[in-house]
Amino acid sequence: MEKILEINDLHVSFHTYAGKVQAVRGVNLYLKKGETLAIVGESGSGKSVTSKSIMKLLPSQSAEIETGKILFEGNDLVGFSEGEMEKIRGKEISMIFQDPMTALNPTLTVGKQISESILTHQKVSKKQALQKTIELLKLVGIPNPEIRINQYPHQFSGGMRQRVVIAIALACSPKVIIADEPTTALDVTIQAQILDLLKAIQKKMGTSIIIITHDLGVVANIADRVAVMYAGKIIETGTVEEVFYHPQHPYTWGLLGSMPNMETKDELVAIPGSPPDLLHPPLGDAFAERNDYAMKIDYLREPPMFKLSETHYASTWRLHEKAPKIERPSLSQRHVKAVEQTIGPIGEISDKQMEPLIEIKHLKKYFHVGKKEVLKAVDDVSFTIYKGETLGLVGESGCGKSTTGRTIMRLYDASGGEVLFQKENVHEKKNLSQVKNFNRKVQMIFQDPYASLNPRKTVADIIAEGIDIHGLSKTKEERQAKVYSLLETVGLNKDHANRYPHEFSGGQRQRIGIARALAVEPEFIIADEPISALDVSIQAQVVNLMKKLQKEKGLTYLFIAHDLSMVKHISDRVGVMYLGGIVELASADDLYAEPLHPYTKALLSAVPVPDPLVEKQRERIILQGDLPSPSNPPSGCRFSTRCPLATDLCRKAAPEWKEIKSKHWVACHLVD
Amino acid sequence: MKKYVFIRLINIVITLFVIATVTFFLMKQLPGSPFDEEKLAVLSDEQRAEFLARYGLDKPVTTQYVLYLGNLLKGDLGTSFYFKGQDVTSILVDRIGPSALIGTQAIILGLTIGIILGIIAAFRHNTVWDYSTMFLAVLGVSVPNFVFAALLQYYVGLKLGLLPVAFWESYSSSIMPSIALALSVIALIARYTRNEMLEVLGQDYMLTAKAKGVKRLKIIYVHAIRNALIPVVTVLGPITVSLLTGSLVIENIFGVPGIGSLFVDSIKVNDYTTIMGLTLFYSAFFILTMLVIDLLYGMIDPRIRISGVKE
Repeated sequence: MEKILEINDLHVSFHTYAGKVQAVRGVNLYLKKGETLAIVGESGSGKSVTSKSIMKLLPSQSAEIETGKILFEGNDLVGFSEGEMEKIRGKEISMIFQDPMTALNPTLTVGKQISESILTHQKVSKKQALQKTIELLKLVGIPNPEIRINQYPHQFSGGMRQRVVIAIALACSPKVIIADEPTTALDVTIQAQILDLLKAIQKKMGTSIIIITHDLGVVANIADRVAVMYAGKIIETGTVEEVFYHPQHPYTWGLLGSMPNMETKDELVAIPGSPPDLLHPPLGDAFAERNDYAMKIDYLREPPMFKLSETHYASTWRLHEKAPKIERPSLSQRHVKAVEQTIGPIGEISDKQMEPLIEIKHLKKYFHVGKKEVLKAVDDVSFTIYKGETLGLVGESGCGKSTTGRTIMRLYDASGGEVLFQKENVHEKKNLSQVKNFNRKVQMIFQDPYASLNPRKTVADIIAEGIDIHGLSKTKEERQAKVYSLLETVGLNKDHANRYPHEFSGGQRQRIGIARALAVEPEFIIADEPISALDVSIQAQVVNLMKKLQKEKGLTYLFIAHDLSMVKHISDRVGVMYLGGIVELASADDLYAEPLHPYTKALLSAVPVPDPLVEKQRERIILQGDLPSPSNPPSGCRFSTRCPLATDLCRKAAPEWKEIKSKHWVACHLVD
Repeated sequence: MKKYVFIRLINIVITLFVIATVTFFLMKQLPGSPFDEEKLAVLSDEQRAEFLARYGLDKPVTTQYVLYLGNLLKGDLGTSFYFKGQDVTSILVDRIGPSALIGTQAIILGLTIGIILGIIAAFRHNTVWDYSTMFLAVLGVSVPNFVFAALLQYYVGLKLGLLPVAFWESYSSSIMPSIALALSVIALIARYTRNEMLEVLGQDYMLTAKAKGVKRLKIIYVHAIRNALIPVVTVLGPITVSLLTGSLVIENIFGVPGIGSLFVDSIKVNDYTTIMGLTLFYSAFFILTMLVIDLLYGMIDPRIRISGVKE
């Protein structure tokens, strides 16, 4: 097939006050007509910079394409003037951005924003452009396009906005679409819809797609070929099958290993350390520092691209004919090794040990919005958390999982129901010492490690704040010793104590957050999306750390997340929430092997797994529509508006929360 | 929409009532009286009583208050104690003209130049354009406007003889005071516009627009300006009020018979009714301007439009 786009030896750097950051260091890639190429990598790997260079969308004041060619249909775009680029952008190559919440102009109607692209590139009347816009909205699956066209972005849900962004990208039937993390900001069921849409469009229009993502599941689902980027270079490229089943570069091994697999209970292989600083790129293989199998030459010389097949190339000295043959550690080896390293033997909690730590009974949390509207964020939720277990709570955004966590901790006062912590009602009036005692026993780890640490405090003060409040150390020395040992516990060292949060990477910050929670020796930790802001390889580090700490300290976790595979991986039992209610609760294995509730089934089928063969054969249950508003939930079963199996009974009466099998709870009329 | 405006108007009436009450009683606490105490002492008791009765000052304070409110409802602000025989309403009407003229001109001038400068500075971020605009902005804010006024008078009025220096006769008299007033507005608006513009330029939707292949100039006026102006509208409220209701210093320097100087004069002589009238006028004007600005917000930003009005 013909190559429509080709990048040769691209170097891009950014000029900052600290010096020159070499974000892209010699990238070569090509895109054929009608295919989908995925560029995979962690944040800072240069994947977004590469894609923005193609359209020359990098900030002209700080970014510079130093050398290299970007050939689009044989013409080198690097030499194009701004005026010439304006004719390419939107017409020949267009882009889909990551966050649909910010990618649309809030002050213009959706119709205007789509037709603007048509009017820019085509000689048509406004009326014709409007007609085309309506067709585009239909194409991307937005109902009632004639009405929607005059609405503003804030009147659309996240998934619908992303459809609008896609409609803008499609407006002039471009030959290439670059999608920069198009589903990262979306929920899994919406992600499945959008990926399906992209595939359907490609089939219909023959567009070539470059998709940039960090999610290997998405890659397996949509891509024909993959390019893995690390520290500004492509270190491995090939067809999805080649890269997923015969990965060659140790970084690719690590990346694949740190993704939890829904089928097995493998421990995650975390890649140690963090990516290099591209202000001073390393001499040899940039991955050498984090590579267990690194050889001396890896530190000294950059490896060339070794050819493995017509399509498969990898850049690692491991492939040199004189290099010692190291095979990718097999799954079982990985399993044993990782288990030994992290948590020791896994033991299920037996029935006898099941001692309830927290009992949540008919918990309700309503927020008053406006005068009459009541937002039922949590509506009649009951479950029990046992001592020493990890209970995962999953659901899409807006389902009330975070509110549940916060209400359990009494960061919010409950609107109804009760929370019993060690048989005592948390939400009853208490005297100060009781409150303090409860606060010490229950701690929280937050989602955003950037926002949850006070930037004006040293790490030592952040960690020790709880110690000070609860008077847990009597002398300064004791306090310091505690901080040091906590830092060590979470894998940092004592030199870090006097630094400030901004000096740390995201993963390190999350470790600080964990150390802070541990400082007061809690019994129960609520982790609210603790890994969703982190890169895949770093996620595995944090999850392994949390598991290790649980074993050592006998902690109980409530693990709130939207990433189902990670939740399955860490949890003993998993609860699924939908629109303020809990719909299913069972042991992690049961739930994933035998989901009973239609919503759980849909949710599980929407999660892309990092296995191209499985992905391509899978039949998905794609839920239609969006989450209804929690201030006006559907009558009867909450899920009835989106449920493919809904009956009249479902629409009328709310299903009972019942134990169908031993320890498998579900709220559905159709399950007996 | 109509309902919203109606509720706001009712709120305004209540606010004005509270302001009228508070100022009325506060003023009664002021030491001294509108009249010359020495001359008043010369009068016989009978004459004095009759004199006070003419102004309604013989009645108990609460009765005076009720009477005042009654007159207020009829639109009568009372008779001035100081300007003989004139009622406050007509004094206000006389004086508001010149103040409003120079104020309006200053705002139009200040907004136009300020926004343009701000946009240029933002688009030429970290260049000579940016630095010189921001230098002017600092100058405009930090140097008091009477200094500019004096400079204008000297160079444009005296040296070049282009415009009248300090008397109020024709339209040309309004030009220099307007410019002098506009300078600080230019400075303020330019700064705001630049900062907001820089913020907007960094937004994702600007990249979306660029990725559509929209021309640079069009991106600015279709996508950027409207979003950047939302916060600028906020500062517009206080600026409008202070300019339209007169600037004491500028009016004094250029001999403008405006409302600013009237306010100061009336306070100096304890002219109760004029102070009351002016206070109410200022308040009403301020509150109405805020209402207009809130409505303006809705026009510029659809998100506010929806939340203010039920769908």
